[in-house]
Amino acid sequence: MLDSDPLCNVLYVDLTRKRFRVEHRQDLFDSQMGGAGVATQLLAQECPQGCDPLGPENPIVLAVGPLTGLFPLASKTVAMFKSPHTGNLGESHCGGRSAVSIRMAGYGAIVITGRSELPIYLAVHGGEVHFRDASTLWGMSSSLTVGRIIREREPGSGLRTIMRIGKAGERMVTYSCVSVETYRHFGRLGLGAVFGSKNLKAIVVSGKRSLPVTSNRTYRRIYRDIHEAATTSPAMKKYHDLGTPQNVLPLNKLGALPTRNLREARFEAAGEISGEAYAERYLGRRLACSHCPVACIHIAALREPHETEPYFYKTSMISYDYEPIYAMGPMLGVGDPEGLLRLLDRAEVLGLDLMSTGPVLAWATEALEKGLVSDRETDGLNLQWGDWKTYLEATRRIVEQPNDFYAALARGVDYASSKYGGEDFALAFGGNEMPGYHTGPAAHVGCLMGARHSHLDNAGYSVDQKVLVERELSPEELANALIKEESWRQILSSLVICFFAREIYDRDTVLACLKSVGYDLDEEKLLETGLAIHREKFRFKKREGFSLDGLRIPGRILETKSPVSNLTEEYIRATLDHVGRVLA
Amino acid sequence: MKRLSVLDAERCVGCQCCMFACSRRANSPGLAESCIGVRSNGGMERGFVVVVCRVCENPPCVRACPTDALVRTEKSGIRLDEAKCIGCGSCAEACVVGAVYWDSEINKPMICIHCGFCVDFCPHGVLGLKERRGLSHAG
Repeated sequence: MLDSDPLCNVLYVDLTRKRFRVEHRQDLFDSQMGGAGVATQLLAQECPQGCDPLGPENPIVLAVGPLTGLFPLASKTVAMFKSPHTGNLGESHCGGRSAVSIRMAGYGAIVITGRSELPIYLAVHGGEVHFRDASTLWGMSSSLTVGRIIREREPGSGLRTIMRIGKAGERMVTYSCVSVETYRHFGRLGLGAVFGSKNLKAIVVSGKRSLPVTSNRTYRRIYRDIHEAATTSPAMKKYHDLGTPQNVLPLNKLGALPTRNLREARFEAAGEISGEAYAERYLGRRLACSHCPVACIHIAALREPHETEPYFYKTSMISYDYEPIYAMGPMLGVGDPEGLLRLLDRAEVLGLDLMSTGPVLAWATEALEKGLVSDRETDGLNLQWGDWKTYLEATRRIVEQPNDFYAALARGVDYASSKYGGEDFALAFGGNEMPGYHTGPAAHVGCLMGARHSHLDNAGYSVDQKVLVERELSPEELANALIKEESWRQILSSLVICFFAREIYDRDTVLACLKSVGYDLDEEKLLETGLAIHREKFRFKKREGFSLDGLRIPGRILETKSPVSNLTEEYIRATLDHVGRVLA
Repeated sequence: MKRLSVLDAERCVGCQCCMFACSRRANSPGLAESCIGVRSNGGMERGFVVVVCRVCENPPCVRACPTDALVRTEKSGIRLDEAKCIGCGSCAEACVVGAVYWDSEINKPMICIHCGFCVDFCPHGVLGLKERRGLSHAG
């Protein structure tokens, strides 16, 4: 990296002592570049072995990369922490204005440790760090209100990010999320609960600065090429037009859309909740993350009549994406597009990870159906496929936790099924609920090996659809294919490049960008670094007790037919064995 | 003159690519020298406000300058004579839309020169260069 680049500044914040300091870690950013690579190192350094994920010593690491603020689509922030959901490596990626704001404030990473006595929110404006009293914000019913209040009180409009938790994070639901700019999230693995455990309600970061490049002329030329590709490529256009829900219909057609707790892989009402249906009937606005010309964020405008008063309406703006649609739609048999939007809105207000909430409620529905639990446990709620009104209430109860059953649901399906049974249909991998891809063994092996955790975790869905539907791979070949692709994706997530732009940021483009900011690397070195980062994560996971051998494989994924026929436990275990050998 | 105009703020997705373009054009990658600003209209769900100099007929910023450092030109909008500027900030205060941006490194104002560089980087048709004819209500 370039010596004058503020990227090497790591801001350390101690919430217990209300102190902060900045350290120059050029060594770290030189060797690991940023994002996932840097965050993995910082986590390993800051997180004491065996620490309680909800204890003060668990660090929150937020890292951006050398291309952030310079090139389009390099606008993700990688969060790392020990996950209260799995008790192991927690990784979550988020866009919005988060990455650009951290970079413009003059940092490459922020590390937060300790626990405040008083609820607080953190305000970082360039070099200033303020600990603000958040007692009034604590316990507020809607995370949207919290965002509005901070928006009005803090400076830096247009140049800031506001990360905040809802009640789910305060009550430490192990899959509570951190919402950013209202519609983006550090969704997976319970960063919200880690915030909550620290009495940290929100973080606002703002800044404005210039960044060094080796040559302005070369920089501008590379920039123009990337911008051109990003605005003309058909793949990006699709993300703009329909967004990620473009996947609903193809996955349904393929028979890979998990439905009713994956008892089926096709949903009869997919057409009602598809990207096309939402775009035609409800799309109210598109948004972009900072420095992304694509604008894939889709916001539905839902106009609801007041229940008792005539001519009185409320219009809610609700973000929808493929994974939330899968998790609260087909997975729960909900095909009513408006009911589904209400469920998404409820989770947004409470600050829950929808990708976990859906499979949790799906398991509960089936457990009730099979008599493993009764209406005594559900506290009178008769959970039934498609009944979104009851699911709305159940979502609220997961956060309120009025009894042991809901408290168990608030810890995920792994925990709930260990208590009440039904492990075969508790759809989680390594403790994290499944994403919406029943494409075949590669997707599931990818989740089990847990290379990235964020979003759908891995590129297995692509191996399933491009390779395994055509021909068989030996377990070794599959493991190698997954790890090879993952090595590259670790590079992308260390440069915090959005995965949607992976076709645009090919090897040559990445190398050219890196050169313009002072990294002289070649393809081989880059891939070596990617694999090394993957191995470092694996090392951390093993340190915290992870083992590929002991992983639970939910029987349901083997029972329900996927587009790939070779989906057996033996095949999955043999592949995992090989993964372990390569990563060790 | 051709003036940079906000053709349709409703189409703005808040990507801020125009801001990055503006700063990049000034050979200052990042956001430090952007003379255009995009912020949410009180929450992103309400859309965005795009703030850029309108080249007023009788510009308050020019009138507010105690050292005559700002001049309204027909070719490129409001121009700054850096040598005259004492960095008092009166121009920024005088602009009701907030289109006088501030370069805190040299403590002087930055105002759009209507070059249109940002237009090429707005993929959603929000910005355009338009011939100025009489009163305009755009933006």
